[in-house]
Amino acid sequence: MAISKEKITEITDDDIEDLAFGCALLGTGGGGSVGGAILETRSAIRKFGSVEVVQLKDLPADGLVMPICGIGAPTISFEMLNNGGEAYLLRQEVERVFNKPVVAIMASEIGGSNGVEPVMWASRLGLPIVDADTMGRAFPEVQMGSFFVRGLPLTPIILVDFQGNVVTITPTSGASAESDSRAFTIAAGGVALMADYINPAATMIGNVIVGSLSTAIEIGRAVRGSTDPIRKLSLLLGAQTLITGKISEIKRRTDAGFVRGSVTISGTGIDADREVRIEIQNENLIATENGRVLASVPDLISVLDTQTGAAISTEEAKYAMRVTAMAWPCDPLWRTAQGLKTVGPRAFGYDIEYVPVENSPR
Amino acid sequence: MKLDLRVGMDVGGTNTDAVVLDANNRILARTKQATTADVRLGMKAALSNVISSIGPDAHRIRRIMLGTTHATNAILERRSLGRVAAIRLGAPASLSLEPMESWPRDLRDAVCVDTCILRGGHYVDGRRISLLDKDGIRKFLIGVARNVDAVAITSIFSPTSPEDEVRAHEIVKEVLGSNVAVSLSHEIGSLGLLERENATILNAALFGVVGQVITAMQDVIDGAGLAVEMLLAQNDGTLMALDFAKRFPILTIGSGPANSLRGAAFLSGLSNTIVVDVGGTSTDFGVLVNGYPRESAAAVEIGGVRTNFRMPDLLSVAIGGGTIISGTAEQPIVGPKSVGYRLTSDALVYGGSTPTLSDALVVEGRFELGTHNVQASELARLKSALRNVNEFIADSIDQVTLGNTHLPLVAVGGAASLIPDDIKGVSQVIYPENGDVANAIGAAIAWVSGHWQGVVQIDDGFNTAVANGRTMACNRAIEAGADPQQVEVIEQIETPLSYLVTPTVRLIIKAAGPLNHL
Repeated sequence: MAISKEKITEITDDDIEDLAFGCALLGTGGGGSVGGAILETRSAIRKFGSVEVVQLKDLPADGLVMPICGIGAPTISFEMLNNGGEAYLLRQEVERVFNKPVVAIMASEIGGSNGVEPVMWASRLGLPIVDADTMGRAFPEVQMGSFFVRGLPLTPIILVDFQGNVVTITPTSGASAESDSRAFTIAAGGVALMADYINPAATMIGNVIVGSLSTAIEIGRAVRGSTDPIRKLSLLLGAQTLITGKISEIKRRTDAGFVRGSVTISGTGIDADREVRIEIQNENLIATENGRVLASVPDLISVLDTQTGAAISTEEAKYAMRVTAMAWPCDPLWRTAQGLKTVGPRAFGYDIEYVPVENSPR
Repeated sequence: MKLDLRVGMDVGGTNTDAVVLDANNRILARTKQATTADVRLGMKAALSNVISSIGPDAHRIRRIMLGTTHATNAILERRSLGRVAAIRLGAPASLSLEPMESWPRDLRDAVCVDTCILRGGHYVDGRRISLLDKDGIRKFLIGVARNVDAVAITSIFSPTSPEDEVRAHEIVKEVLGSNVAVSLSHEIGSLGLLERENATILNAALFGVVGQVITAMQDVIDGAGLAVEMLLAQNDGTLMALDFAKRFPILTIGSGPANSLRGAAFLSGLSNTIVVDVGGTSTDFGVLVNGYPRESAAAVEIGGVRTNFRMPDLLSVAIGGGTIISGTAEQPIVGPKSVGYRLTSDALVYGGSTPTLSDALVVEGRFELGTHNVQASELARLKSALRNVNEFIADSIDQVTLGNTHLPLVAVGGAASLIPDDIKGVSQVIYPENGDVANAIGAAIAWVSGHWQGVVQIDDGFNTAVANGRTMACNRAIEAGADPQQVEVIEQIETPLSYLVTPTVRLIIKAAGPLNHL
């Protein structure tokens, strides 16, 4: 991905729409709709002020960084909005457990609402936010982040709900981390706020996807006012257009807590007679044409509104929508052996070899 | 004497149309009158016209079905809106964003008396979030009592657990009496707290507006010496009874396009088709699925406020019979401006100097209109403009079809002939007789509907829960005036919710039936 060279230093009320547009695109179909997060975040910035954006290297080496993300069902988070105090409790518990102050927060996942909401929490806490995340996109499971790949200390994990319930867990494996945190989330009514991989800034350097917030905002700014958003995005992201057409079939089912299924896009115009199918597990994972793989996870596959360039989430996808499917390279970290083991096609149960999207046959 | 006639009326932005239909849906009379600033005059003119057309048979009229844009205009113009106190139940959840906080300032100023977020509400699985704060509700109501026209109540997960909204409604009656109207969110919208709350508050703000339209129409009816029942058209192409419309005035928004689609279905005899309604300034492309307008999945914004209620899924483009043509013969520019109601003075075929798409249609022999011949020097540009429009129309149609390239197309509206009779991917183009009053006909022939939605776990209780939902939807249709013998479920949509251990779906059920003729 073409990572933004110009790093932002502040996020104001005026940046939130652009940020959310970019986060939705980087959500590759998942990560939750950004609509509610926009309103809550803008409201927070109006009340608590704009947010300072920092790079990890600018923080004190031993300063504690708190990565946060919402966990649970997006459909429920549309109904049970935040209390607003969740992050205070999270910070309080982190500082109690580690016995030192939190100097900054960070988004665990830039894709979808999880990329936007940390800005609200930063505003409410009066803390800076790190211009980075651990995915560069959205992934469905807790352990699918750069900190896991690089073997950073995961625990303790701290979760909090809108009622003010706080739990601190020290699971023995990534799988336990996933199942334990999900158990709390269900008890909490389907949504919770989580901090994990809480580490000093120095430990995190070199182990994050750098510039995620800058990139998301740059995506939004580039498309705003553009007469050809798809072309603009292609240039910015180094993305390939897989197909332009309309959604001709959607299959969705809930399976072990995930939305699984596929979206089929039938080509129109120059793509008439073509058909591309995208496999989904919360996020868009694999794009195929006549069984041939055009792009696959961990590269990013996004389904966009052809006119506006706006990302269409798995839940919003609807029969007959006019869309363009695009794919672009993921962060190099995901293309390492350990990266592919964690988030390659096989990690999602697809028995195919990963081929970088730029090398896939057209 | 038989009471076997009915009047369909559609009050649009430009025209007020009316038709009279008999029991066999034959059109006995029809008219197109200008919509007036005081809408009563246009309604009166339209009704008088069709009544005088049918003479003594006027007393056979049993029902009047009215489609109106009043509610839409009131919100867009921030005019005649009621003053609303908004109560949200669900604290400590949702305190991060106040009701109406994200509304455009001028609309909030016009509507909002005060808001509060109090304890109450439920989790997705039916557990309580917190005990209902009855004293808090009483205190809040006492504080707003002097300034409030209506109260809007929204509780978290009320679509599946409505009890706190119902209890809060009782408290409103205790404190403010029964004269203050109340809007409950579980009766208005689906899941998605802010969108449902917004729709609920707008609904409360519209009680007065739609009440006034009903009174005005009643005055017109009384003035005509008729004793008839009135029904209001809603946004899904079905009808609601007056007492229902008074409780859910927001449902009148979007009824115009829905009526056009239904009218087109009736006039063509088709129930799965593309419908194109060509007006003077704009054209709507829609799709009928099993006789009903396909609905939009995306959030619908009304006056800058996000809601999640039902609207026909339309593609609206700024092209119509009055659209102005400029540019050159080689590179004609079509629109986006239109001469609008000045067509009969400004268009070339009326001796004016502004080339319009109507002129182009007359030149091509597709439209008979006007008093003057078009000068030869204009012909090339008009013809090439029309070729561009044909391509644009074909592309628009391609966008709204369901990947199905063999649907027929029904063209209605005053300038229906703008739609060419041969379009790639369309099996057949139909221009039905009386297509220019399709919206009034759509109102007259509509069925009556009811709607239910909730979250259901897929376990042993699933079938019972679905059956209950279907019964609720049918009961709501019957409550709205449908014939209990003929009401049926017309739509059932299941959407899975992710991340839950027990598979759970969101279920939306709609029932409809012909009017009760007893």
